Amino acid sequence: MSLDINTKKAKKNAWRISKERGIGASRIRVPGGYCDAEILGMVQQIAQEYGNGYVHLTTRQGFEIEGIHLEDMEEVNKKLQPIIDKVGINQYDEDKEKGYSASGTRNVSACIGNNVCPFANYNTSELARRIDKEIYPNDLHFKVACTGCSNDCAKVRMHDFGIIGMTMPQYDPSRCISCNACVKGCQSLSVGALRMENYKIVRDTEKCIGCGVCVTKCPTRAWTRSQKKYYKLTIMGRTGKKNPRLGKDFLVWADEDNIVKIIKNTYDFVEEYISPNAPARKEHIGYIIDRVGFEKFKEYALKDVELMPETIINNNVYWDGIHFDNKH
Amino acid sequence: MGYKFSKDEMAKIFAKLAQDYDVFAPVVKKGDGTFSDVDVVRYDQVTSLDEIEFNKKSDYSFKEALLPINETLFYFTEDETTVPKGPEKKRLIFLRSCDIHAVKRLDQIYLDNKFEDFYYKRTREMVRFVLMGCPNTCENGFCASMGTNETNQYDLYIKVNGDNAFVDVKNDEFTETFKNGALEDVKPDFVKENKVKVTLPKNITKETMSSELFKEYGSRCINCGRCNFVCPTCTCFSMQDIFYKDNEKVGERRRVWASCQVDGYTEIAGGHGFRNDNSDRMRFKVMHKIHDFEQRFGYQMCVGCGRCDDVCPEYISYSTLINKLAKECE
Repeated sequence: MSLDINTKKAKKNAWRISKERGIGASRIRVPGGYCDAEILGMVQQIAQEYGNGYVHLTTRQGFEIEGIHLEDMEEVNKKLQPIIDKVGINQYDEDKEKGYSASGTRNVSACIGNNVCPFANYNTSELARRIDKEIYPNDLHFKVACTGCSNDCAKVRMHDFGIIGMTMPQYDPSRCISCNACVKGCQSLSVGALRMENYKIVRDTEKCIGCGVCVTKCPTRAWTRSQKKYYKLTIMGRTGKKNPRLGKDFLVWADEDNIVKIIKNTYDFVEEYISPNAPARKEHIGYIIDRVGFEKFKEYALKDVELMPETIINNNVYWDGIHFDNKH
Repeated sequence: MGYKFSKDEMAKIFAKLAQDYDVFAPVVKKGDGTFSDVDVVRYDQVTSLDEIEFNKKSDYSFKEALLPINETLFYFTEDETTVPKGPEKKRLIFLRSCDIHAVKRLDQIYLDNKFEDFYYKRTREMVRFVLMGCPNTCENGFCASMGTNETNQYDLYIKVNGDNAFVDVKNDEFTETFKNGALEDVKPDFVKENKVKVTLPKNITKETMSSELFKEYGSRCINCGRCNFVCPTCTCFSMQDIFYKDNEKVGERRRVWASCQVDGYTEIAGGHGFRNDNSDRMRFKVMHKIHDFEQRFGYQMCVGCGRCDDVCPEYISYSTLINKLAKECE
């Protein structure tokens, strides 16, 4: 019997239709790229039983089990259930044992974060999982990533929403012994926002990017992190064949709750303004903003958002990048 | 004299004590560690018993409660100087046996090293020490090797154990405060043995100075000075004259903790530095702790608290270095 497959449905079900006739690949999302090692065993089992024994570690921190015969899709979907349960991905009851219920909104990726990394300013995979819970399942094309500090190892500026960890450095001059470690650290590893005046440190608040290098360099705990965690929200970075560009700062010194709200609000914006011609309803949000204007985006994004007084908002954001679609 | 109280009774007595004394004790500072979501245990003023961290060893020693990190020695105007007032209240400092031994070293330098330091003395006279026991050895301490694991040089010993608190009163100043407790034979918890054991080098000669060990460890050191800042026996400071920005004829002179590992420590007018090389700084620190001080005062400076090993971001183990040096000197 010939293969008769609804490829559109299969793709939304997180399957790749591969270049080899009759063969597909199962894409497993792991929010924040953080999972119980037990899942590796489950992935291995599927790969060996149904695939060709190989797995691709995806660019978005999932697994792609390749070489699966498309006629095995249903069976493999059943095998995915314990993984979906274990990772804690949202699922409606009627979708149990049917694999992933959406694929358009991409896996929320994260750098290793402050579970491990000395530079990170927050638990990135925890926030990634929180955001995943809020936005999945959804088929609109959203890319969100979390990174612990301004080093941006997670390349969040290539995402529609990039969340960069910040800390508001707290300085206790009575503990400072004028060793200059923070000044040197800020100069060599960050933006050079610190200087010494009268044997004490002056922080240029305009320059400071909240990376926390001063805190990690301080030998006496004169510099500590703020109790409150802060984030920078960069928006509308993207790759692609038309106009790839780096995301720009929208909010600086923002809080987690408002960032989650803005991401969710943006779904309403996209629903309203996505091009009717977008293939498989897939259009980078940035192109939609280019078309309808930043003010309109803001109107949607900032609905019910009450920013903290210290949050800086960039009221106009302009992107550049390479224009492959408009070369002269 | 030993007493037993319920923890609640003890909390009440403590609250009263905290009115008569400024109490300094190790406290968990949430999120104030070097890295994100990491706590630090360091000294701060407390007003209730619950604030005190009895279990975890403090990352920074009690030293800052006796010898401020920054201390203004005097304020100056064009023709006058004013010495700020010393502490007005008596002070209670909670600390462990190794640290009580460290007090002796601080006293040696600030009170009994040819002259008395006015500022140290006026604070020191106000201080009473409360011993915290060590039921178990800490990770990197080697107090037993240094003979600092036991002490009787305390004014009070306080132990909280479940719903009970135990006190040993050595200083009559506190007899009245604790007199209503049930009499009990209270013996402080002292560590008998540590995981880390240190053998001090014997037969240190001029050649020891050029040991390759100092070069090796020096090359790993990043000169952050953490080992000095957490050390309960380091006493070095530098002077800073501050001229106020609005009126530079007015200002203050401060003394501020200094570290023999940090750049600038040996720098003199004209820019010359005596120990620019890391291996020289490492040698200076180690030899001072286990040899030079002893030559002058007849006992070792290092008390084996192990905080330098706990804190070093480059995983330099001072205790391992000493053991290696002892082997070399055999």
